[in-house]
Amino acid sequence: MKRLALPLVALLLTTGLSPHPKLTEQQRAVHVLNRLAFGPRPGDVDKVLKDGIDVWIDQQLHPDAIPDRAVEARLQNMPTLQMSNGAIMDTYYKPLVQARRARKAEDATADTPELKEMRQKGREVVEDLVAQRIIRAAESDRQLNEVMVDFWFNHFNVFIGKGPDRFMLTSYERDTIRPRIWGHFEDLLTATAKSPAMLFYLDNARSHSGALNENYAREIMELHTLGVDAGYTQKDVTELARVFTGWTIDQRDGTFIFRPRLHDSGEKTVLGVHFRAGGGMEEGERMIHILAHHPATAHHIALQLCQRLVSDDPPKALVDRVAKKFLATDGDLRESVRAIITSPEFWDPKQYRAKMKSPFEYVISAVRAVNATVDNPLPIARALQQIGEPLYGAQPPTGYSDRGDVWINTGALMNRLNFAVALANNQLPGVRASVADPKATALELGAPEFQRQ
Amino acid sequence: MIDRRFFLKSSGLALVAGGLLPNVFVKMAGAATTKGKKVLVAIFQRGAVDGLNVVVPYGEQAYYTARPTIAIPRESILDLDGFFGTHPSLASVVPYFKDKSLAFVHAVGSPDATRSHFDAQDFMESGTPGVKTTEDGFLSRAVALKKSASPFRAVALGSALPRILSGNSNALAMTNIAQFGVRGAVPGFESMYKDAFEASRVLKSADPTKLQPENGAVYPTNPLGNSLKQIAQLIKSNIGLEVAFTDVGGWDTHAGEGGAQGQLANNLRQFSDAIAAFTRDLGSRMGDVVLVTMSEFGRTVRENGNRGTDHGHANFMMIVGGGVKGGKVYGKWPGLTDLYENRDLAITTDFRDIFAELLTKQLGIASLKSVFPNYDPKVRGVLA
Repeated sequence: MKRLALPLVALLLTTGLSPHPKLTEQQRAVHVLNRLAFGPRPGDVDKVLKDGIDVWIDQQLHPDAIPDRAVEARLQNMPTLQMSNGAIMDTYYKPLVQARRARKAEDATADTPELKEMRQKGREVVEDLVAQRIIRAAESDRQLNEVMVDFWFNHFNVFIGKGPDRFMLTSYERDTIRPRIWGHFEDLLTATAKSPAMLFYLDNARSHSGALNENYAREIMELHTLGVDAGYTQKDVTELARVFTGWTIDQRDGTFIFRPRLHDSGEKTVLGVHFRAGGGMEEGERMIHILAHHPATAHHIALQLCQRLVSDDPPKALVDRVAKKFLATDGDLRESVRAIITSPEFWDPKQYRAKMKSPFEYVISAVRAVNATVDNPLPIARALQQIGEPLYGAQPPTGYSDRGDVWINTGALMNRLNFAVALANNQLPGVRASVADPKATALELGAPEFQRQ
Repeated sequence: MIDRRFFLKSSGLALVAGGLLPNVFVKMAGAATTKGKKVLVAIFQRGAVDGLNVVVPYGEQAYYTARPTIAIPRESILDLDGFFGTHPSLASVVPYFKDKSLAFVHAVGSPDATRSHFDAQDFMESGTPGVKTTEDGFLSRAVALKKSASPFRAVALGSALPRILSGNSNALAMTNIAQFGVRGAVPGFESMYKDAFEASRVLKSADPTKLQPENGAVYPTNPLGNSLKQIAQLIKSNIGLEVAFTDVGGWDTHAGEGGAQGQLANNLRQFSDAIAAFTRDLGSRMGDVVLVTMSEFGRTVRENGNRGTDHGHANFMMIVGGGVKGGKVYGKWPGLTDLYENRDLAITTDFRDIFAELLTKQLGIASLKSVFPNYDPKVRGVLA
C-alpha cells in the first residue's frame, strides 16, 4: 500500500517555513493580516510595519476605539439593520403568517399573490444581513472584530433556514453576539440562551413542564460549553432540559420571557448540582454560570480558538495555557485571544501560510487583495454558496468546521478558481476591482499559496 | 391485523406503479449489464431521521401508545409484510419493495451510545464507532483497496468532501458536474493543479450532462433529486464511477414532526421521490447499481412534549438495486417494550454488517480487515 500521495492535500497544505528560525518583520506583518484580519489590502503590510505590529494588534483587540465611519455610513442605507427583533417580526413575519392563514380557508397549498409578495419583501431582511457581514469583513478597519464575529456566531450557530429564524438573525448577530465577544464568556452564553433566535432554533422556546424538549440542553453542553467528551450523561441532558423549561419567546414583542407556569419546578440534579423543588429562572442562570466556569468549557473554547487562529491541530501546551488564562480571567474573551496572539506558537514559522482558508476567508481575502469596492455584495454571497460556505447557512448546530483541511477538494477548488477569474476580470456585477493585469491577478488569487493563511 | 381495505390499497398501488416500471428492471436481480462498473450509491440522512415513522411497526400496539399525536394511522400505512409498513410518503418507492428489488433493514445502527449528531455521524463515516482518532472514512478505505485510474471512481455530490470519503481514495466533491471546470483561459492554473484539470478534461469529453433522464423519470427539484440525477449521469457516461455519496438534511424533528402529513411527511416525500426517479432513470442499468441509505441514529420511541422526537438509537436503512434480495424487512425486531436505556429502539444489526456485504458483493472487496478494523461483520444476506 504505497498509495499515500494525496496530490491536492499535499499541494494545499504544504506547511510553513520550518527551516527558518524566526519570521522576518515583513512576514510577521503578513501573518497578523492573514490570521487576525481577512488578509492584506494593497499597502496594508507597509502600514502595519510603519505603525508597529504590536501597536496594530493592541488596536485590533480594542475595536471600539477604531473609527469605522465609512462602513457605518454605508450600512445606514440598509433599514432592516436598525430594526428591533419585534419590529422585524411585525413587519415581515406576522403578515406572512396571516397571508398563510388566510389562504388555508380555501386551499391550503395555494401560493397566493399576497404570499409571494410577503416572501419577496422578506428577502430584504436576509439581503441586508448578508450584505452587512460581507461589507464589514471586506472593508471595516475593525478586522479582528469581524474575524471574531465570524468565530462566535459560528460557535453559537443558528441556521437561517429554520422557520422564522431568518427574521431573527439580524437582532441575534447585532444585539446578542457583537456586543459581547470581547467580554466575559458567561455574558455571551447567557445572552445566546435568552435570544429568540437560539430559543427557536434549538426548540427551547417550546420546551415546558410535562412537554420536555432536550435539544438545547444537549447542545449547550456539547457544543457551546463542555464539549462532547466532558462526561455528562443522558440523565444530565434530560435534567438540564427540565431546568430550562419556561425559557421562551414573548410572542407579543419577540423578546425573551421566563414563564413560571411553564417551568418544571420539581426537584432536579444536573452534573451533581441539586435543585430543590419550587425553583424558577435562577436554576437556568445558575447552570449557565456553572457551565461557563467549568474547566472542560475552558478547554473546549481554548481548543476552538486555537484551531481558528493558529492551526487545525494546535499544540496541546498552547491550548492548556489558553484554557488556564480563560479560567483565571473569569472567561475574559479578550484576554483569551491575547494569550494566543502573544504565544510563541502563534509566531512559529511553521504556522506561516500553513492553514487553509475557509471559503469565507478566501473570498473576502481575495476581495481585499484587489482592493475591490463592493457595491453589491450578492455576487460574493453566491460565490460563498458555490465554494461551500453560504453565510448563515450551516444547518447543524455545530456550525462550520474551524479546521481548514475540511475545505480541500477538487470541486471546491475549481469554484475558487472560477471566482478568482471572475473577480480579476471584473465580471462580478457591482464588485469593482482595480486590476492592471487580470491574468496575472487571477493566477495569484488561484495559486495554492493564496488558499492558505 | 391486515384488513381487506388495506390489502386492496397497497396491492393497487403496486399494480399502478408496477405498470410504469421498465420491464427489465423488474427482472434486474442477477441481470447486471456488462456495460459499466458496479456502483454503490450511499445517501446519508443527516440529523437522525425518525425511522419508526418511516418503516413503521404498525403491528405493534406499543408504537401507537408511545406516539399519541405523531403515529402514522393504520389506514395511512403502506403495508410491507403485515407487521411493518411505510409512511405514506414512501409511495413512490414501495413498488420496488413489491418487485423485490428493494429491502429495508430495521433496528440497525452504530453500536456507540452517543446521542451527539456530530459524533454519531463521525463514527458512522469513519466506520469505527467509539474511536475518534480514525483519520479517514470507511468508504475511502474501501475504494483505495481497488485499482483504478479513473479520477471519478469516488464522487461526493456536495460542496465539501464528506468524512466517509476523505482519505487515500482521492475522492472528488462537486455540487454541479456541469460547472466542474475553470471558465476563462488562465494557462498557469493547469500546471498548478494538474490532476484537477485532467479530471475536468475527462468529464468534459464524456459530457454526462447531455444525458437526460430516461424511462419517463422526473426528478423532484430539490437538492437530493439534483444530486441523484447527476450521479445517474455519471454512471451512464461510464467514466469509472464506483462509489457515489450524497447527503440530505432536515431530519432533526424535535418539534412539530407531524404524522401522515407535516414536516417529516414532506421531507420523506422529497426523499422517496428522488430515489424512485433515480431507480427509474437508470432502468436496466440499475442492475449494476445498489443504492443504500443511512442516518446517524434513530429517535426516541415516545414522542416528546412538542409533538416531535428527541435523539435515540437504532434506525432503518433502505437498499435498492441489482442483486438486492428485496421485498423483505431485514433485522431482528427488538420490539418497543424492552427499550434501549428505557427510551430508544435497540440495535440488533450493526450498520457495518450491511456495508460489509455491499462492499464485498457489489464492489468485490475481498478483505474488510482495514475497512472495518477490529470488527468481524456478519453476513445478513441482503444481496444475492
